[in-house]
Amino acid sequence: MSVPSPAPTKPVTTHPLNVIVATDCGSTTTKAILIEKVGDEYRQTYRGEAPTTVEAPFEDVTRGVLNAIAEIEELSGRKILDGDKIISPCRDEKTGVDIYISTSSAGGGLQMMVTGVVQNMTGESAQRAALGAGAIVIDVLASNDGRLPHEKIERIRTMRPDMILMSGGTDGGAVTHVVEMAEYISAAEPRPRFGATYKLPLIYAGNKDAQPQVRKILGEKAALVLTDNIRPVLERENLAPARNKIHDLFLEHVMQQAPGYKKLIEMAGAPIMPTPAAVGVIMETIAKREHLNLIGVDIGGATTDVFSVFEGLFNRTVSANLGMSYSISNVLAEAGLANIMRWVPFTIDEQTLRNRIKNKMVRPTTIPQTLDELQIEHAIAREALRLALIHHKSLATTLKGIQQERTISDVFEQQQSGKTLIDMLKLDLIVGSGGILSHAPRRVQSMLMMVDAYEPLGVTKLSVDSIFMMPHLGVLSTINEKAATDVFVRDCMVYLGTCVAPIGQGKSGERCADYVITFPDGRVDKGQLAFGDLQLIPLASDQKASIAIQPVKQVNLGAGAGVSITRDVHGGVVGLMLDGRGRPLQLPTDHAARVAALTKWYQAVDLYPISDV
Amino acid sequence: MAHSYTPGLTVTEHTTVRRRRMLSLPGSVLVTTGEVVRANQAVARAELPGKVYPLNLANQLGVAPDEIHEYLIKKAGDPVRKDEVLAENKPLIKWLKTEVRSPITGVVESASTVTGQVLLREPPRVLELLGYVDGRIVEVIPQQGVVVETDCSLVQGIFGIGGETGGEIVIAVTSPDEALTPAHLTADMKAKVVVGGSFISSDALARAKEVGVACVVIGGIHDKDLRALLGYDLGVAITGTEQVGFTLILTEGFGSIPMAGKTFALLSAHAGQQASISGATQIRAGVIRPEIIIPRQAGVLGGHDAATIPQREGIRIGDQVRIIRDPLFGKIGEVASMPADLQKIPTESEVRVMEVRFADGSKAVIPRTNIELIEGS
Repeated sequence: MSVPSPAPTKPVTTHPLNVIVATDCGSTTTKAILIEKVGDEYRQTYRGEAPTTVEAPFEDVTRGVLNAIAEIEELSGRKILDGDKIISPCRDEKTGVDIYISTSSAGGGLQMMVTGVVQNMTGESAQRAALGAGAIVIDVLASNDGRLPHEKIERIRTMRPDMILMSGGTDGGAVTHVVEMAEYISAAEPRPRFGATYKLPLIYAGNKDAQPQVRKILGEKAALVLTDNIRPVLERENLAPARNKIHDLFLEHVMQQAPGYKKLIEMAGAPIMPTPAAVGVIMETIAKREHLNLIGVDIGGATTDVFSVFEGLFNRTVSANLGMSYSISNVLAEAGLANIMRWVPFTIDEQTLRNRIKNKMVRPTTIPQTLDELQIEHAIAREALRLALIHHKSLATTLKGIQQERTISDVFEQQQSGKTLIDMLKLDLIVGSGGILSHAPRRVQSMLMMVDAYEPLGVTKLSVDSIFMMPHLGVLSTINEKAATDVFVRDCMVYLGTCVAPIGQGKSGERCADYVITFPDGRVDKGQLAFGDLQLIPLASDQKASIAIQPVKQVNLGAGAGVSITRDVHGGVVGLMLDGRGRPLQLPTDHAARVAALTKWYQAVDLYPISDV
Repeated sequence: MAHSYTPGLTVTEHTTVRRRRMLSLPGSVLVTTGEVVRANQAVARAELPGKVYPLNLANQLGVAPDEIHEYLIKKAGDPVRKDEVLAENKPLIKWLKTEVRSPITGVVESASTVTGQVLLREPPRVLELLGYVDGRIVEVIPQQGVVVETDCSLVQGIFGIGGETGGEIVIAVTSPDEALTPAHLTADMKAKVVVGGSFISSDALARAKEVGVACVVIGGIHDKDLRALLGYDLGVAITGTEQVGFTLILTEGFGSIPMAGKTFALLSAHAGQQASISGATQIRAGVIRPEIIIPRQAGVLGGHDAATIPQREGIRIGDQVRIIRDPLFGKIGEVASMPADLQKIPTESEVRVMEVRFADGSKAVIPRTNIELIEGS
């Protein structure tokens, strides 16, 4: 399973790329960055942003792009725009750029419907293929999904996807069910979301023996593309060909219909990538380069994308309605008020909070101006992150439906096929991206949001995208690997530090573990971590220390209950966080006690300006 | 750096709007370019294909899928009535005969020899597309729909629920900061567009439903009352299909917020006139805001070539703006200055700001993303 690098559909410029302007057209804002070659290396130098303009009165995504670039012009003094045109290539030191590139998730992203025969086998494989290509899956139809045939047909009729991916059956297997699904789709006469007159793109990636029948049934009714089976045999997934086709059709059909995208495609010097696909490229590159298991998250205004790489296996999910602006109200609906309130270190009445959340929903581009509003948004972000990870865990699984050989020693460990690949104890790194994490006024706020939401176990490094530029670098890496790597290492990835979190519960104040930290300069710091404690120990980004921890007998740090561990820990702009709050993390149920606990933790790590906490 | 601003809602006495009226599937257009149409007049018609009922004949007859054609009495394309025999087997002993009857009246769409399925389709349903506003047809898109243009007053709301409707405008309160109570809602407001002030409570919402008003236009509502009205917690702002008895349009937001004076004055000036209303809101790609369109009186229809509001270049000093985030949510002022450098706000974020001057002469520094331009001023 790997993220495809879409083949460029038009030749990338041949002149040297010394100045690059890149944008990401998000659902809420369009973010532009300027990358310049300084000496031998590429650096990100300026940044601008403007509201995305797929909406009325503009209804043209390029308007927001030009506005964001105009901000860069003003900040940098470089002339980039000539009216509505980007000056390219560079004319002189201070005029033009060598290439303009972009990613996009505006317009609701790429919305797909997928079909399979068995829901948790080919249905899930199709879902993984679509998700990996950067799509939002609006429904999974399968022969055994419990819906009656006419209900399936009604569903296909009422949803208006941008594209359908059909899968089902192993090569050489029975064709009946997959042909039946083709008949349902044909009967439903599905219509695309944008553009009333063009045919809906439909990719068939199922049993190859059924291709002639599928062509006969759907060839006239949809823009049908046939590709390799995503599940040629039960034991193997082959997602890359279907993902590549999704990318191609996204560019050829879907994007052409969204407001202003034709112009955007013409402006760009390389194919426009869906934002999640570009971020996926970056996440997978980090995991491969550093040989580690990671979870990455990109929390946006409308959706939250979660990426994971465990034992080299890449997975991506998108929680379509978990986000911090357009979807903020849905976080409240899904998490419930109590779950959000548990992170807020003050009292606020339900009516005021609900009204504020709804006002953010209807005016999604606003930002918190007061500290209490910031704390409320951070509380909501914790819940959005938590729910999105739960969703990810349910989809990032081993293949289901595979026979497993068991020996006598496995009798007592009845592991089912399809267990989640996410093992928080084996997790090495959490990477955060997206407005709320990248633009938190203090970096420790991003770190604690992720620690609270994900509850990492044992020893885990955390990092954050400095100013939200992973999508830009993802697309850049497809045309200039060196530029992308230079900027990623020097300007994008900010290491926050390491979190050490023992697994277990205990009474607040009781001993949880004893630790000895040996710093690079030879200094030794001995201390005790009590239950309910959160400690922050300074350790700079370029420093590595050694920590030896002896947990009490009921507490585990990954090596077993009561077993000590010694590990090297990396520093960061925040430092080393020792989290004695217990796992699973349980907050006091009593309101006053909870506010007191939150206040203590927040002060311990200097989370917010002290006078207002 | 005048480029980062949030386009505001339009509240204007005189503009020309075009509304694209599209069938959801190809059909026929009933009007011609230049024709004057009424809001409640059908401008296009389509036949929505009937529901499909799959029937597995092979299973029911106990035969192989590729044999079903031998047993079919009705072939693809044939009309069929409910309970009419679709297929039957031909056993040697008559008692063993199996007949498969049609569960619906419609046509046989197809019979598959791969799956053994027969697809039956109900008769099509006629869909009529109304003009929505009184105006003139300026474009016909063959088989798909029309563009209607009208010379009108226009008020955009921030959020709404419920679909298209229309009716006579009545002003139920005396000022924009007065809340709409059950006592304001009288029986003669049935099928009318009722304009309130700052807030509508749950009991006033119930009364509006009881009276049978067409639409309520109000400054604000509590989220909990909206939840009670809908019966669920609204997750994302994509609305227009709700059926709560009337269309609801919020002009300001959630909470008790006086309706902007300009909005209230404009609606008051048109009391007694007919308005076309849509509560549909989509705060996502291709944003749709709820709207109140008050076409100008007959005789002054059309005559404008420009069909859209001129596009603004950005925000300027002196522009009227509304603050759209706490702690000064809802306040209206004018842009006093726009410092170029980033400034630190109480959250410690460094953002672009602007200085807003209020009517009493006081000033406040507000992040630029937290203001909304008052359009159409």
